[in-house]
Amino acid sequence: MDKTTEETDYLDSADKLKSIGKTNENPSFLEHRGNRKNFLTVINFFLLAIGGLLILSPLWWMVSTSLKTMAEVMSFPPSFWPENWLFSNYLRTWEAAPFTRYTINTLTITILVVIGNVLSNSFIAYGFAKIPFKGKNILFAIVLATMMIPGFVTLIPQYVLFAKLNWINTYYPLFVPAFFGSAFNIFLLRQFYMTIPTELIEAAKMEGANHFYIWWKIGLPLTKPAIATVAIFSFNGAWNDFLGPLLYLNDENLYTLQIGLQVFKGQLSTQWNYLMAGSLIVLLPVILLFFVFQKYFIQGINLQSGGK
Amino acid sequence: MGKKRLTMRRKESIYGYIFVLPWIIGFLAFTAGPLVFSFAASFTNYNITSQMDFVGGDNYQGLFTEDSLFWTSLWNTLYFVAFSVPLTTIGAIFLSALLNQDIPGIRFFRTLYYLPAVLSGVGVYMLWMQLLDPGTGMVNLVLSWFGIDGPNWLFDPDWTKPSLIFMKLWSVGGSMLLYLASMQGVSKNLYEAAEIDGANTWRKFFHITIPMITPVIFFDVVTSLIGGFQIFQEAYVMSNNGEGGPANSLLFYNLYMWKQAFTNFNMGYAMAMSWILFVIVFFLTVINLKLAPRWVHYEGEEK
Repeated sequence: MDKTTEETDYLDSADKLKSIGKTNENPSFLEHRGNRKNFLTVINFFLLAIGGLLILSPLWWMVSTSLKTMAEVMSFPPSFWPENWLFSNYLRTWEAAPFTRYTINTLTITILVVIGNVLSNSFIAYGFAKIPFKGKNILFAIVLATMMIPGFVTLIPQYVLFAKLNWINTYYPLFVPAFFGSAFNIFLLRQFYMTIPTELIEAAKMEGANHFYIWWKIGLPLTKPAIATVAIFSFNGAWNDFLGPLLYLNDENLYTLQIGLQVFKGQLSTQWNYLMAGSLIVLLPVILLFFVFQKYFIQGINLQSGGK
Repeated sequence: MGKKRLTMRRKESIYGYIFVLPWIIGFLAFTAGPLVFSFAASFTNYNITSQMDFVGGDNYQGLFTEDSLFWTSLWNTLYFVAFSVPLTTIGAIFLSALLNQDIPGIRFFRTLYYLPAVLSGVGVYMLWMQLLDPGTGMVNLVLSWFGIDGPNWLFDPDWTKPSLIFMKLWSVGGSMLLYLASMQGVSKNLYEAAEIDGANTWRKFFHITIPMITPVIFFDVVTSLIGGFQIFQEAYVMSNNGEGGPANSLLFYNLYMWKQAFTNFNMGYAMAMSWILFVIVFFLTVINLKLAPRWVHYEGEEK
C-alpha cells in the first residue's frame, strides 16, 4: 500500500516538474513517461484485441453456421456455438453440386493465368528495367496510364473481339490476355529489377551472353521473391475471378467455383448451413495460401508503395 | 569508339523492343483496339449481331435526357464512392497507426487485420448476406446485445448501400499495409525532435505522421476512387443475379451498363455509358493530380 502512495507522489511531482518545463533529464519524469507508455500499450493492446475479434468473428460465424442444422440456423436468437458439429454438411454440400468439376476447371484456368503472368510480366519488366531503347519512357508512361482505364470501357469491345474469334464458351478469353502482361505486375517487377545492379548484367554481356539468356539465367532467379508475389496475386485474382467466367462461360461443364457457388446460391436460396460450407470450401485455398505465403503478400504491398 | 558503340546501342534497342513486344501486342489487341472500336460504336446502334448504323449522339442524348435508370445508377455509384472512399481511407490510416507500435503480438495482429483483404469473390459476398440477414445473421444479433434493433440491411433500400460499405470496411487491411509500410519509413529523428519540443502523441500524429504519409494517402485515394466507381460484383451477387436490389438501390453504374450490354444487347448504348464513366473517372483523377501539390508532401530525396 505504502509503495503505491509513494509512486503516486512521484507521479505528482513529475507532473509539477513537467509543467515547469525543462525536466528532460529528471529521472522521475522519465519514469513517469515510462508508466504512461505502459498504460498506452495496454490500452492499445486491448483495442487491437477487441478489433481482432471483430475482424475474425465473420469467419467464425461462417464456420459455425456451416456446421449447424437448418433448424438451429433458424432458431432465435442465433448462437455463436453450434450445438452439434455436423461435419457431414460439407460432404453433402460437395455432393449437392459438381464441386469437383468446378475445382478442376478453376485450377486449370488459374494455373494457366499464373504461368502467363509470371513469364510475360517478368520478360516485359526486364526490358523496361534493364535495356535502354528509344521511346522507353513514353511506353512505360502508357503502361502506367492503362491502370486508370475503367475495366468496363474495354470489357464490352473485348467481348465483341472474343465473340468474333469464336472464343465464347472457351477458356481462351480468361487466360490468353495473361500472356501479354498487365500494367500492375510490370510495374511491380520493374521496381524489383531496378534493385539488381546493372554491373551484373554488363558482366554477363562481356562473357557473351545475350539478353534472353541473361533474363532466363540471372533475371528470373534473382527476382524470385517478386515473382512469388506476382504468382500469388495472380493465383488469388484468377481463383476469385467472377466477372470473366460469368461473361464468357455458358456451358455448365466449364463453370468455375465462383460461378458454381453463385448457381448453388440460386438453388438453395437461404439454406445457410450448406451455403456457408460452400463458401468456406471456395475460400479455404486462399486462406491457406495466405498463411503459407504471407511474406510475399506483404512484400507485394511494400513494392506497390514504392518502399523497400 | 564511334561506330562499334552505335551498333551496340542499336542492337540493345532491338532487344528492348523484343522484350516489351508482348506488352505492345497485348496493348493494341486488348486495350487500344477495343478503345477505338468502343468509341466509334458508341455512336451507333450496334447490337453485336445484325445492326451497326450510325446514330450520331443519340445514345448520349438518350442517356442524359430519357433514361432515369442511368441517373439512378449514377446516383447510387456516387453515393457509394462518396462514403466508402473517405471511410476506408480514414479507417486504414487509423488502423495502421494502431498497428505501428511496439506491442506484444503485433505481428500476429497485423496478419489478422490483413486477412480479410485477401478474401474476395462470391464466398465473401455470400458470407455477408448471411451476416446481415435480419433474422439469422450475426450483425443484428450483436447489435441486439447493445439494445439496438438492427435494420433490414440488404432488404431495405435505405440500407443496401451502407451494407456494402460496411462489408468494404471489413477488408480495410489491404490499404492498412500500404500505410504501415509508409509509416515505418518515417524517420525516428523527426519524432524525437518533436518530443523534445514537448509534442504529445496526437500532435506527433497530425503534424509528422500524416504529412509524411500523404504520398500514400494520395495513391490510395486515387486508386480507390477509380475502383469505387467500378463496383459491380458485390452488387451483382448480393442482389440476386444483378436484379439491382430493392427499389434499384444496388443498381450501380457498371451493373446497369452490364444489363444494357449483355442482357439487352444494346451494345452501342452501353459503350456510350462506358465513355461517360471514363470521362468522369478521368476528370476526378485530373482534379486529384491538380490538388495534390497543395497537400501532398514529397520529400526531396524520396522517390
